[in-house]
Amino acid sequence: MPKTKTKTRARTRKPRPGKPEFWNLRLYVAGQTPKSIRAFANLEVLCERHLKGRYRIEVIDLLEHPEMARGDQIVAVPTLVRDLPGPVRKIIGDLSNTERTLIGLALQPVV
Amino acid sequence: MTQKQRATQPSSKTLPKAPTGIQGLDEITGGGLPAGRPTLVSGGAGSGKTLFGVEFLVRGATEYDEPGVFMSFEETIPDLTQNAASLGFDLDRLVAEKRLFLDHVHISRSEIAESGEYDLDGLFIRIADAVQRVGARRIVLDTIEALFGEMPNPGILRAEIRRLFDWLKQKGLTTVITAERDRPDKLTRHGIEEFVSDCVIVLDHRIREEISTRRLRVVKYRGSTHGTNEYPFLIDEHGISVLPISSLGLDHAASAARVSTGIDRLDGMMGAKGFYRGSSILLSGTSGTGKTSVAAHFVDAACRRGERCLYFAFEESPRQVIRNMRSIGIDLEPWVRKGLLQFHAARPTYGGIEEVLLVTHKHISSFQPSIVVVDPITNLLMVSTLNEVRSMLTRLVDFLKTQGITAIFTSLTAASGSLEASEADVSSLMDTWLLLKAIEVGGERNRALYVLKSRGMEHSNQIREFVLTNDGLRLLDVYLGPEGVLTGSARVSQEGREKAVVTFRRQEQETRRRELERKRQIFEARMVMLRAEFEVEEETIKQTISESELLGEEMLQDRGQMVRSREADTSAYKKDGGAPAARKR
Repeated sequence: MPKTKTKTRARTRKPRPGKPEFWNLRLYVAGQTPKSIRAFANLEVLCERHLKGRYRIEVIDLLEHPEMARGDQIVAVPTLVRDLPGPVRKIIGDLSNTERTLIGLALQPVV
Repeated sequence: MTQKQRATQPSSKTLPKAPTGIQGLDEITGGGLPAGRPTLVSGGAGSGKTLFGVEFLVRGATEYDEPGVFMSFEETIPDLTQNAASLGFDLDRLVAEKRLFLDHVHISRSEIAESGEYDLDGLFIRIADAVQRVGARRIVLDTIEALFGEMPNPGILRAEIRRLFDWLKQKGLTTVITAERDRPDKLTRHGIEEFVSDCVIVLDHRIREEISTRRLRVVKYRGSTHGTNEYPFLIDEHGISVLPISSLGLDHAASAARVSTGIDRLDGMMGAKGFYRGSSILLSGTSGTGKTSVAAHFVDAACRRGERCLYFAFEESPRQVIRNMRSIGIDLEPWVRKGLLQFHAARPTYGGIEEVLLVTHKHISSFQPSIVVVDPITNLLMVSTLNEVRSMLTRLVDFLKTQGITAIFTSLTAASGSLEASEADVSSLMDTWLLLKAIEVGGERNRALYVLKSRGMEHSNQIREFVLTNDGLRLLDVYLGPEGVLTGSARVSQEGREKAVVTFRRQEQETRRRELERKRQIFEARMVMLRAEFEVEEETIKQTISESELLGEEMLQDRGQMVRSREADTSAYKKDGGAPAARKR
């Protein structure tokens, strides 16, 4: 691969002893489209608020790695895949609807 | 299956077409599906949509050098591979050879949520990747509408599917899109036919009177003529085969060559040469009149000439036919062993009329016989209406004629009713019609046959009796009596009578000859008697003559002595002394 556009931003922090749950998220996009940029921004905000210090977001650009679409059964983009904690959940769209995103991820909002 | 050609047709004016390689379909569509455009294949559950798609790709990859991509939205790859194997397609091998790419798009509604706008670029990328991997020219989406069940926001989905079709068209991929049809008034569940304007094919699987038939119809084909009928099709171990209901034209060649019927005297009834090669012959008759025997003679003769024969037995098993024919001195078994004769026995009820036709077609195409026997066609009526049987036979006859195959169809006539009227429906298709019938006279049934019609040749108008002997079928001499042809005992008695007349004449001649002989003997006896009498008479007369001569001499001598004694002139008496005496007598 000539240039790796894959943004693998690992914002890993040590999980707190009381809450061992670590979130592994993958965001599939197809190039730098407005939708994908929006999706990433929305996701980052959400994670910072609810999962601070215990999440990792991997952004996969399918234009660069088309074969990866098959592995996670990606049809629509953007698609957010929650790998960990199981079971696997998928949210499609630009994640502009925060409420639905939280429900989709089965994430309890932190008050 | 034999021809290999590139997808695009040489003529640039007509719409370029991608041959499907599916038997019969390319004939209906005039060359295949629109090349580089999408085609919608719609049908109910189990109508064969997926197999249609699979065969389209497999044939493309193996016969037309066009690799393909199969995007399955329903079946998993192992399932697909296994199902394709039942059609004789080895998908694994094609995948390994990089001529085919299989991708299973699986989305489970339970694990998907939606938040905001999305597009199907993920799918586009997957397809583009697959296409690029094998250099695909063809693609099948089976069944893309499944996405509607799995993905939220149908509005976006519809727009995206539309974009996908346009994109596929732009890429110049010949695409088959399958769709489930659950209501008769709609082609697809979600109305995606709106996006596919080039070609629409509908598959149908219906059950009527407990017999299932599959049918295919080209609903729409923009920019091209196409057959609009419903065409029956079959799925079996060689894939799909579609059959045009009516062949495109009556332009088959007519051969002037003749083939022997295998029965000398029957050949004699048809200008001494037999049937025309490539003609269709109907053998009809009531049960037990020897239809199969006549057909077997024909088959036997053809095999003797080294020709290949295909025998469709709809009533008897091959062994039964072979055994029964052996009883009249025809042994078909060696021909079977040599591979010259092939039997196919099945009850038509097994799969319906279309299936019978398709199976017949397949066997004929693969065996390439010069003679085909269908025994009997009447059994087909068990599974279908007269109209359908007629249309099926029309197609079969046309097919056989285009192949130049001589065909014999036997037909069982019901014992009641007119022999000729009941067959009128199929007889017009036939070139030669031999009618076998049982003649009931004097408390017995005898077999007779006549040539009811035989197009394009002189043929006998005689009704001929025949007998089935250990040596085969034998046509007998014609004996005409006051009430028509004499058969059986009546014929035998007529033969006897004629023999008696001959004998009588011979005896009469003999008598005359003997009479003559007798007369000759009498005549000769009389001759002998007459001669004897004559001889007796002759003897007597001769004696008398000699006696009288003697007497004359004595008299002369006596007179001489007297003259001498008187001393007179003696010269007159010496010279002709006997003459006056002889004259006196």
